Amino acid sequence: MNDQVTISPTTLSVHLTLNGRDHSLDIEPRVTLLDALRDRLHLTGTKKGCDQGQCGACTVHVDGERVLACLTLAAQVEGRSITTIEGLADEDGTLNVVQAAFLEQDAFQCGYCTPGQIMSAVACIREGHAGSDEEIREYMAGNLCRCGAYPHIVAAVRQAAQELRS
Amino acid sequence: MRDFAYLRADSVEAARNAAALPGAMLLAGGTTLVDLAKCGVAEPATVIDISHIEGLSAINVTSDRAVIGALAKMSHVADNAEVKSLFPAVSEALWQAASAQLRNMATIGGNLMQRTRCPYFRDPQNFPACNKRAPGSGCSAIGGVTRGHAVLGTSEACIATYPGDLAVALVAFDAEVDLGERKLRVEDFFLAPGATAEQEHDIRPGEVITAIEIPGSAAARRSTYIKVRDRQSYEFAAASAAIGLELEGDGRTIRDIRVALGGVATKPWRARAVEDALKGKALDENTVRKASELAMEGAVDHGANHYKIALGPRVVARAILKLGETA
Repeated sequence: MNDQVTISPTTLSVHLTLNGRDHSLDIEPRVTLLDALRDRLHLTGTKKGCDQGQCGACTVHVDGERVLACLTLAAQVEGRSITTIEGLADEDGTLNVVQAAFLEQDAFQCGYCTPGQIMSAVACIREGHAGSDEEIREYMAGNLCRCGAYPHIVAAVRQAAQELRS
Repeated sequence: MRDFAYLRADSVEAARNAAALPGAMLLAGGTTLVDLAKCGVAEPATVIDISHIEGLSAINVTSDRAVIGALAKMSHVADNAEVKSLFPAVSEALWQAASAQLRNMATIGGNLMQRTRCPYFRDPQNFPACNKRAPGSGCSAIGGVTRGHAVLGTSEACIATYPGDLAVALVAFDAEVDLGERKLRVEDFFLAPGATAEQEHDIRPGEVITAIEIPGSAAARRSTYIKVRDRQSYEFAAASAAIGLELEGDGRTIRDIRVALGGVATKPWRARAVEDALKGKALDENTVRKASELAMEGAVDHGANHYKIALGPRVVARAILKLGETA
């Protein structure tokens, strides 16, 4: 094998920055980032919904961009920086603007999709895709809410986007 | 998901060497491979992670051509200002595909390797017969629920729809896929099923997509992608059309037109009969609607997908007429 290729043994070591702190863990290659976060790093804020890339409940940020943790292999995020819902508020517990807007707008019912909705919304605003309700609906379409709280979710994203612009 | 060996390639050369290993599959964004591994459809012995290779994600656009690195993310290409102004159909096809999260993961090269969403293909436990998965085993879709299946380019072996959007725009504008040793037209890179449904792409063991190239043209600059689907967003196409249009100086005679369809065929489907019928003609609604019907030449339905034969031409006509209205 070419020396430019790193061959994994049965388990491999992954080094990553998680919510600002360095971590390393030994995992099987097939372990997804979602399972590593929940089962190995005990950060259960990131939810497992469909586990098939269809519902958005597992949305996290990798190097600042929103992705689905259920379709990301943990091995792939070697050297990357991950932010989960647990890393969004300030150290003193002050909520992120988007978290606060979800509370104010009552943008959830059961709450299961909420961490994914909020991680997606933070990125949606940062990408510049929260300019209108229509644009918010389009660019939040990857986060399903079975309770149907969509009107309040759109209101929360709109409010947070406005606050971040002012 | 079955376990596999994991290799991280740091260069294209390393990826090519590793890709030639038996049972090896390349991993870029993971949105197809990890998904299919969970379904039990993909069972790689070795996964070769190419997502850490440097220098493969550049997007270089001039009025002459766009060269897009294989590891460029769908989201980055969709939002690229030059792509939006010089190849609008490409941007529109990308931002209407999947979700924002998936577009941040999925790469342009990986997108060309996206597999069908045929529910029989994706469910080996309940439907062992699938010529794509197991050549010669039969087709569970024929005689099954076919609402999403193809009406063009089908065979007795397979009626699975090609699900993507980007490649539809790429075939409309004569894009090429760069495999290192060879370059192929995207239209030729995709294979209709025929008797060999398992072969979806003209790619050989050890080959790695490094870039796609799209020639610039007046038709590419005045282009659009319209996608009709069961939901407003985050859904595969029931029928879609990538159209490019160039008019003569009189503002109404068609000098050049490109027509490709998605959601209705087994591969990204260029409709040259529509193009030939419209070149040199005046752009008016009756002419456009009549010519658009030619997109369905040779169409064969399997019951529940019959509606696509009516829907496809309407989407083509709507897209052409929309472009005609823009100055």
